[in-house]
Amino acid sequence: MSPTEVLIQQLLNGLTIGAYLALIALGYTMVYGIIELINFAHGDLFTFGFLISLSLFRLYGATGTLVGFELVWLFTTVLLLTMLLTGILNVVIDRIAYKPLRKAPRLAPLITAVGMSFALENIFANWYGSSQINYPDFFPRIDILREWFQMDTYILFTTQDLLLVGVTIPLMIGLRFFIQRTKLGKAMRASAQNANAAAIMGINVERVIMITFFIGGALAGAAGMIFGNFLHTGRYLMGFDAGLFAFTAAVFGGIGNITGAMLGGLIIGLIKAFSDQYLAAQWTRAVIFAILILVLVFRPQGLLGQGEAEKA
Amino acid sequence: MSSHMLELQNVHSFYGHIHALKGVSLHVDQGEIVTLIGSNGAGKSTTIRTISGLLHPRRGTVTLEGQSIAGLPAHQVAGLGVGQAPEGRWIFPKLTVLENLEMGAFSRKDTDGIADDLEYAFSLFPRLKERLNQQGGTLSGGEQQMLAIGRALMARPRLLLLDEPSMGLAPMLVELIFDTVASINRQGMTILLVEQNALMALQVAHRGYVLQTGEIVLGGDAKELQTNEQVRKAYLGEE
Repeated sequence: MSPTEVLIQQLLNGLTIGAYLALIALGYTMVYGIIELINFAHGDLFTFGFLISLSLFRLYGATGTLVGFELVWLFTTVLLLTMLLTGILNVVIDRIAYKPLRKAPRLAPLITAVGMSFALENIFANWYGSSQINYPDFFPRIDILREWFQMDTYILFTTQDLLLVGVTIPLMIGLRFFIQRTKLGKAMRASAQNANAAAIMGINVERVIMITFFIGGALAGAAGMIFGNFLHTGRYLMGFDAGLFAFTAAVFGGIGNITGAMLGGLIIGLIKAFSDQYLAAQWTRAVIFAILILVLVFRPQGLLGQGEAEKA
Repeated sequence: MSSHMLELQNVHSFYGHIHALKGVSLHVDQGEIVTLIGSNGAGKSTTIRTISGLLHPRRGTVTLEGQSIAGLPAHQVAGLGVGQAPEGRWIFPKLTVLENLEMGAFSRKDTDGIADDLEYAFSLFPRLKERLNQQGGTLSGGEQQMLAIGRALMARPRLLLLDEPSMGLAPMLVELIFDTVASINRQGMTILLVEQNALMALQVAHRGYVLQTGEIVLGGDAKELQTNEQVRKAYLGEE
């Protein structure tokens, strides 16, 4: 591979990693925007998306690569069911763990979130075991540039990469549309900016919080399933790592800011890809957190954040 | 059944351990402007919060056209037709002026009626129309007050609660706001007006109550209150 090819390859890698990190980061930032809670259990919903989608494929009896019509309908069905179930799980978590603490000091739900994360991880370990889990190639893997375009290059961009981008980008565009244009999306932003003012407008803020948890969970679930079809391996603790990176992305972009979470995700993805290539993979975390620290020193509100008083 | 639009009977409210309202009773009738005056910390805003459901009274009754609303969550009280321009205005800073107004009509489904009320709000405050796509947080204090009142009207409420609409505004703007309050009322809106500016409030209101450390100490016709010696001394700045 020529140096240019390496560079392009890492750009592609960074963008694909960044796309699913952004999807997870959105859940952190939306929940923070509305109830100022860093939901430490959020990364585990990503794991749940990975596991539940795998279970759904198995339940159907799928073992290998799907083709044609079956590929389209089964994949779509599993994706939608996965999003529905992770969304519901996130709402249930909020109901049993965070809602009773809505008026408590902020540290109480925060610690509860850490505990919730441990609880989920142990449930996953009991459900699927604690060793590495293989996620089969349900989605066909074709080297697009070589096979479709007959290009003589070592740059690898497969249909599975395309799937990742093809699912995450429309979801993010859809979310932006929902938040910016629909009545419920506006109510969500209003509740994040001033919950009491939203209440006296007739907005049921608890219902808005429920919808926020649902959407955040569904997006993390989609990310988990797409990740499985992209990297083919995971384990019960995978959400901890992904969650840490995604949380960093959310802070980087400005916690509470939707666009910031998407941007932060992409930047963290790119940093990870370039650090893996040009430094060494074991340095990647150090690099990411060093950059995070620099951002927090010089721009504590994050890239697009606007300070405490004016969120979302 | 009571025939009052709004009635509070022997209402006690607490902020944590602070006994903020100590048996407040008052009523507002259909078509009236009633003002609640009193010094800082007397419990005026607490009364408003108790009516709108942001604070729940520990004792006493709050009824809206005979229906009890004490203890209901704020969004349900709003849904029953209580609109509010709160103290401090509570504009959504990152929503545009138009989006702020749309939020005022959140509980409504009648698209045509909402469009009419939007035009009504613009006719009261043409400035809002000029600022339509500007974020709420970028407006001046006076414009934010106009937006707060316009937003409350967007719900087409049965009862409008105005909490310190003149606070922090230049004298000219204060007059504009009070003129608008009078004009809204002439078109049939029932208003409970909380003010520190007792002089202005009593000029525009039909009746008034004086609140002092959580208790109603005086109530009656606004013109009579204006000439009441106690009121003149304490709230109109006369010796």
